[in-house]
Amino acid sequence: MNARNRILGKLRTSLAGTVPRPDDFDQTLVTEPWRYAPAERVSRLRQLMEAVHTEFHQTRSADWVALLAELLGARAVPDLLVSPQTEHGRLVHAYWQTRNDLPRLHAYDRPIEEWKDELFSHTAASLTGTLGAIASTGSLVVWPDRHEPRLMSLVPPLHVALVRASQIHDNLYEVMQAQRWAANMPTNALLISGPSKTADIEQILAYGAHGPKDLIVLLLEDA
Amino acid sequence: MNAQIPLNDVTDVSAGFKPRARAALADPRLRSNFRTAMDSLMTKRAAAFSDADERERLRELGNHIRARALSQLPDLLERLEANLTRNGVKVHWAETVSEANTIVLEIIQTHEARQVIKGKSMVSEEMEMNHFLGGQGIECLESDMGEYIVQLDNEKPSHIIMPAIHKNAAQVASLFEEKLGVEYTRDVDELIQIGRRTLRQKFFEADIGVSGVNFAVAETGTLLLVENEGNGRMSTSVPPVHIAVTGIEKVVENLRDTVPLLSLLTRSALGQPITTYVNMISGPRKADELDGPQEVHLVLLDNGRSQAFNDPELRQTLNCIRCGACMNHCPVYTRIGGHAYGEVYPGPIGKIITPHMVGLAKVPDHPSASSLCGACGEVCPVKIPIPDLLRRLREENVKRADPQHPVMRGEGSKYSARERLMWSGWKLMNTQPLLYRAFSFAATRLRGLRPASLGPWTEHHSAPTPAPRSLHDLAREHLEHPR
Repeated sequence: MNARNRILGKLRTSLAGTVPRPDDFDQTLVTEPWRYAPAERVSRLRQLMEAVHTEFHQTRSADWVALLAELLGARAVPDLLVSPQTEHGRLVHAYWQTRNDLPRLHAYDRPIEEWKDELFSHTAASLTGTLGAIASTGSLVVWPDRHEPRLMSLVPPLHVALVRASQIHDNLYEVMQAQRWAANMPTNALLISGPSKTADIEQILAYGAHGPKDLIVLLLEDA
Repeated sequence: MNAQIPLNDVTDVSAGFKPRARAALADPRLRSNFRTAMDSLMTKRAAAFSDADERERLRELGNHIRARALSQLPDLLERLEANLTRNGVKVHWAETVSEANTIVLEIIQTHEARQVIKGKSMVSEEMEMNHFLGGQGIECLESDMGEYIVQLDNEKPSHIIMPAIHKNAAQVASLFEEKLGVEYTRDVDELIQIGRRTLRQKFFEADIGVSGVNFAVAETGTLLLVENEGNGRMSTSVPPVHIAVTGIEKVVENLRDTVPLLSLLTRSALGQPITTYVNMISGPRKADELDGPQEVHLVLLDNGRSQAFNDPELRQTLNCIRCGACMNHCPVYTRIGGHAYGEVYPGPIGKIITPHMVGLAKVPDHPSASSLCGACGEVCPVKIPIPDLLRRLREENVKRADPQHPVMRGEGSKYSARERLMWSGWKLMNTQPLLYRAFSFAATRLRGLRPASLGPWTEHHSAPTPAPRSLHDLAREHLEHPR
């Protein structure tokens, strides 16, 4: 406690006789330059995400599961991590029942300590939902939870994310306001803007640094 | 003249700033590595801020947010601590790097941990955490690709955002071949995959994850981290314990304050609209969650920051959001690179923050290693008047130290009674007309006596030869006898 009190004491002495600066936060500066018409929202999101090597598919509620199966098949992905508890997870499970040529499904249903090796060494892909996306920066909003924990969108080399077109926001400020982040912060909130990358050697861009090497976005245009 | 000075290894921090700078200037590969990288970073930043009006208004807002946070810093730190504690994060305070290291070591020992994996953190560089923990038999491994490369070669980062920018792919290829026993390859994709494989295993094994913090939000008790690689998320989500280390100035008041700062940070640093990951951590794993650390700690480090804070002008140093734009645009940094500075923070920001951390006397040449061209101040996303602060530090450096009212540790380190006397003489001569005329008469009439060598001046310039008569003299004659 001593270090704490000494530091705070020094800072308070330095501020003696002063008043805090006014809060002149001007939200127009972070909103107005970053507003889009509904159609433009999708094209901007797609353009920015593709610019950083995201594979982007525009699909519909009735078609996306079949598209997912086709994409995973084309890549010869052996298994998919997907929660059976979410709405999209149930759709995947139902569709998988009708076919026997699809990747094995497994669930993140135990604490990480119980299957860390399997997650790190034997999980090729994952599917998660999102809380939406941000057009201005080309970002997905992901709040990991019990059904889709933090490592689900990080450790498997391929991450597939589902986005509803109606949940694309113009900019970060508006997402924070619309979803009332300040009052509801989860233990971990993420913005994901492409597959993992680095430019640490000679500024040459390389994908697949420590997180997913590939990110596929399935955009549901009618949802 | 220069050639006679023995060239020191540019990474040898035991030599002074000047010998290191000379060594760097004489190293064409180093200069080419930096020139190429800095040119590219400047171009990318310019493209990311294509609308100058938007850029300037955002910089102004960024400045106001940081100034507002600093104007109530102790209150915000208490609020941050209260909210983090409520969220289940343990908050620690350290005045010095040695206190901070002790705190980290105690947490590690409580868990009987042997392996630490570290996301990128400049504060942990201030602490020399790797070295300290290594001495305690604990492996502390860097996981940012650039930091990992630098650590493998027993070096320090040469840039705060691009730690290994002084190396080219061929140098990294040789390093990996030698240290990791892999086949030599200059293919950057392959090199990164080698790093990925090696470090994945380390993430898997690590007992403790260490990270820095980009913004600490008082309102919500949130630690916000930005990164492209995913190593920051790995370090803060895989190991059972996460220790974040940060400076006391990193706090902002509200969550919304991070929106413009985030945009300024990633666009200024890399020219990216956003980094691949923005990772907001507000607590350890909850009872019903399946991953994330069981424990989260935050170490708040002072290390000289409260000294800068004490002076309203120097306080602006603490606006910094560590984007590195000032070094990318600095003609001095671009030519000598990061190691020449010999300290954790290189470039313009390093020159104004380091004296508070280590004392002016240890870095007496830092404030003067600048042409005061003004580029750093012009690009700073939070409008730190870096050139003004450099001039101020020059004054603090040459004044006579005032033990009663010290401004900073090591002040007056370049004070010279002889120099003071010369300036007094100079002032007298320029304010006394008779003296001035006597001087210019002597300097012009006795110009033949000018010595051939005029100290440091004639190392790089030809010696000045006074005119036969002064301008004063000629003007007076002209007025008296107009032609």
